[in-house]
Amino acid sequence: MIQNKLIAAAAIVGVVLLSGCHGNATKNSAAPSDGAGINTYGSGNGSAGNGSDAATSAQLAAQHSVYFDFDSAEIKPDGQATITLWAKYLSTHPTSHARLEGNTDERGTREYNIALGERRGNTVAQALESQGVSAQQLSVVSYGEERPVALGHDEASWSQNRRVDLVQQ
Amino acid sequence: MKKTIACFLLVASLPAFADLDITVTSGATAPTPIAVVPFAQPQDLPVDIAQIVAADLDRSGIFKTLPRADMLEKPTDFSQINFRNWQTLGQQDLVIGTVTHAGSGIAASFKLLDVYHSDDPQQVLLLGKDGMTAADPAHYRLLAHQIADLVYQRLTGVRGYFSTQIAYVTAVGARDARRYQLVIADADGEAPHAIASSREPLMSPSWSPDGKRIAYVGYERGNSAIYLQTPATGDLKKFIGERGINGSPAFSPDGRSLAVTLSFEHNPDIYVIDVASGARRRITTDSAIDTEAAWSPDGGTIAFISDRGGSPQIYTVPASGGDQKRLTFQGKRNEKPAYSPDGKSMALVNLDSSSYRIGLLDLSSNTLKILSDGPEDESPSFAPNGVAVIYTKQGRQGSELAMVSLDGRIKQSLRQPGDVREPAWSPYLQ
Repeated sequence: MIQNKLIAAAAIVGVVLLSGCHGNATKNSAAPSDGAGINTYGSGNGSAGNGSDAATSAQLAAQHSVYFDFDSAEIKPDGQATITLWAKYLSTHPTSHARLEGNTDERGTREYNIALGERRGNTVAQALESQGVSAQQLSVVSYGEERPVALGHDEASWSQNRRVDLVQQ
Repeated sequence: MKKTIACFLLVASLPAFADLDITVTSGATAPTPIAVVPFAQPQDLPVDIAQIVAADLDRSGIFKTLPRADMLEKPTDFSQINFRNWQTLGQQDLVIGTVTHAGSGIAASFKLLDVYHSDDPQQVLLLGKDGMTAADPAHYRLLAHQIADLVYQRLTGVRGYFSTQIAYVTAVGARDARRYQLVIADADGEAPHAIASSREPLMSPSWSPDGKRIAYVGYERGNSAIYLQTPATGDLKKFIGERGINGSPAFSPDGRSLAVTLSFEHNPDIYVIDVASGARRRITTDSAIDTEAAWSPDGGTIAFISDRGGSPQIYTVPASGGDQKRLTFQGKRNEKPAYSPDGKSMALVNLDSSSYRIGLLDLSSNTLKILSDGPEDESPSFAPNGVAVIYTKQGRQGSELAMVSLDGRIKQSLRQPGDVREPAWSPYLQ
């Protein structure tokens, strides 16, 4: 269930961010906080590409996070496949763009974690660039510990939250 | 009423989700017994002034008020007091008062009396105040807090903090339904109202020294920015929105500058920005993370954290720039410095083996005293009178606020449903 939600959310994150202005803010404020944001804002994966691109987009959406150790910005070996997948797509679609969203677990202070999340985002950007992606195709934003995907206070949750999400735009 | 400045950010004066529920979890070993007698007040008054005064004093942890049901008499005038009644009940001090209508508001007078010096007219009256006013019902509670402030100050020698406010951030909901609010509440947790609301994170509120403006971090479609808001008018201005991090705003003690963290020149560094002109001075240039700036009360020094030595530690630098010195060496990490109002100590977040706890660093002896229990405490902010620190801890329902006195003896928790974090205690107001 949680996994399904993750994938669904991953597919529409780009749309949510791109369409941040669709509703007026007053209306947004009255929106229920029960997950309706997905239905309200999500109506596709944001790709306007052809069929084969759409298939690739689905692949990208399914494999869009790179994970890290505590207080580290080093990409672990199990993150390389994701980097390679995205590097291939971005380098063969030079007009496409990805946002790298750096995140951390809840430990440590909030503004330090904003800085750590940016460091992780920059590491992923460098790895993509080393595989032929242009710096102009990438942007980095850090959310620190502000946007956890798992809300527990243990390593099982923390390990999911120490991540860079790659979001196709 | 509602005002949308930027499409992502709703600026409003909305009731927040719930009052903060404040409880004293441990108090002074010998709190001073004090009786606050119900004031003579008009029957149609919507608030019970004496009850608010008593609740303030109780919440401080250093007073214990007498329950009304235990009172043997309820005098509202000096001539009505039988001091022996209060001595019998073991009370040290007594508060009586009167409230009357005055124009569209009320006027109050009160007396603070020493129960054990009832025979000495020179000593029995500790404090008497007439003609305190509240212009309209919206200020009735404030009038009660001001009375509590005066009682507290007369008996402790320290200015009270009951008429101040606390800003904090709430986060409710999961993932894409998550909603963030920046809330201001009275120091007793009452009258919370959201001054900003967003689907993206809100962070790091910092009060201007006159209490009129709040700087904070918001996100607009994936880009962070520092905003300046005047809660009384709803006026909101985007102060700075560079590429990368725009974080950790901190007003200088004279209110003219904001220290911030920016990363557009490659990595996070501390900058001081003139509020009026926008002129910038870069204070740090290290290639490591530098963030979480805090001003010393005299405005001469900025403390910040850096991981230039491998793990985040607190450093200091003259506010005009110059030599940077490492300040903390205790434990594994030290983060989020906050100077005490007298400048003699610093609250911080200390990590020892595995627990993040609030510590108090004595700046003359460099000794660190741990004030909280952990394991995930953060965001310390001093009460404006310096007697206590408010911070965030992990609760069963999410993060919650907690307060601890500097001697570590008096602890309180402030809860509401959802995550409550990043408390910023206001300066004295007005």
